[in-house]
Amino acid sequence: MFRNNYDNDSVTFSPQGRIFQVEYAAEAVKQGSVVVGIASKTHVVLVAIKRNAEELSSYQKKLFAIDEHVGIAIAGLTSDARVLSNFMKMQCLGHRLTYARDMPVRGLVDMLASKAQTNTQHYGKRPYGVGLLVAGVDEAGPHLFEFQPSGLTEEMQAFAIGARSQMARTYLEKNLDVFPDCGREELIRHGLRALKESLVQDKELTVDNTSVAVVGVGKAADGSHKPEQFKVYDGHDVNAWIESVGDDKEAAGAEEGEGMDVDKS
Amino acid sequence: MDHRPQAWGRPRDDIYGAYDGTYLNHNGPKQATQSPVVTGTSVIGIKFKDGVVIAADNLASYGSLARFTDVKRLRVFLDTSIVGFGGDVSDMQFLDRHLNELAIEEAYETEPLATTAEDGAVSRPGVLNAANLHKYLQRLFYARRNKFDPLWNQVLVAGLDAASRPFLSSIDLRGTAFTSPSLATGFGAMLAQPILRTHAPTEEDAAKLTREQAVNAVKECMKVLYYRDARSLDRYSIAVVTKEGIELKEDEQLEKQSWAFAERIKGYGTQTV
Repeated sequence: MFRNNYDNDSVTFSPQGRIFQVEYAAEAVKQGSVVVGIASKTHVVLVAIKRNAEELSSYQKKLFAIDEHVGIAIAGLTSDARVLSNFMKMQCLGHRLTYARDMPVRGLVDMLASKAQTNTQHYGKRPYGVGLLVAGVDEAGPHLFEFQPSGLTEEMQAFAIGARSQMARTYLEKNLDVFPDCGREELIRHGLRALKESLVQDKELTVDNTSVAVVGVGKAADGSHKPEQFKVYDGHDVNAWIESVGDDKEAAGAEEGEGMDVDKS
Repeated sequence: MDHRPQAWGRPRDDIYGAYDGTYLNHNGPKQATQSPVVTGTSVIGIKFKDGVVIAADNLASYGSLARFTDVKRLRVFLDTSIVGFGGDVSDMQFLDRHLNELAIEEAYETEPLATTAEDGAVSRPGVLNAANLHKYLQRLFYARRNKFDPLWNQVLVAGLDAASRPFLSSIDLRGTAFTSPSLATGFGAMLAQPILRTHAPTEEDAAKLTREQAVNAVKECMKVLYYRDARSLDRYSIAVVTKEGIELKEDEQLEKQSWAFAERIKGYGTQTV
């Protein structure tokens, strides 16, 4: 029986120049339920579909606050995400202790990238089986980053990862131009519409399976930088948003995107 | 008597007792400066309406000897803040190199977004400001004192905080940190601080001071310090930090000195009366 000889560890290249363990880790991300992130000039939103393992169990959380100004959405192995989330929390707290300020988001994501990348270069280690969307606000403004198990990180205007996320990305690409000037609520609705694109035929957004998180720029009373805290909304808190995008659910997704920028404000 | 080569040149045990080598066995932590050697004296600073003035003379003393007369003790950090160093000069140089590293690291992380507003205010979002630097130095000094290996300095940090308000703070070798409308280290804490307090007793008073008033108050204090502090010099550095940036002058000369008062001082020195 012929099988792949170059996928036993993450330190061996295949003759084609590929590292299969890293590619398999990227597959794990695609097994996770879909998460969408969009950044405007003032806000970053993360929206996610939660799954329950069985009818009797609760829904697995997908959005997590890291610090006052940063949060993540996860797709893939939740237990690996917990380790990364813990790491990011420690970095943010440490930065706050030594510099008395919010950690710059790019710095945080770079540290995360270094941590993940070393796992792809040492024998006996395995890459993290989780992809993240990191949403945060610092003094330079709002940021959205994509993180992959390979250690790749990129700043994005809008992105989606997880199962069937290509459909969501198509929606995002179609509406890319309107995102920068979107308000808070409008951005959330765009997120939810992108999420709906990725749903399987008979599934719908409900208060049980939908999570929304927002972080935004802001000013303190003295004029200094003080972001609107990263906050996760679940359950009945997301009901109004779901209903507000409910009426256009029957329309065909591809054409619908074009009219988005005029129907709400 | 012991004629073996390993005993050659050593004090004889039968006369002086066995050699006490305990001082060679140091199994404690590595410790650098345990007492300062080459030192800088006072640093003084005062807030005013739009910023902070800070000054220190250009002398590094070796004990009571005025050993180096051209040592710059004010240091610019990232074009946002000034750090003024009192105390050990070698530790100052260590901190200078360390802050250079920090500045380079920081430059990699932040986008170069320096913008100048119509009123000349330079804003650079995301760059460490004086309040951030103050916190960092406080942690550094406290971490070193916890290793029983302190950095033997007292420093003043001058600049602007996150809301672009004037910021002035002090950190000492134990990591003790505080802010005040006016501050002085070393001998200046006794000689200059009372004078500066007459100009700005509270934050509200400091917010009424003009730049000129603040600079004059600092220059007056530098003169008093030169009169009365025997480890001081009449050449000094002075810096003004405002929203527009930093103005640092490193080779100023004390003006309008008058030593007439010296004759009337009695009770010590060489007088016989």
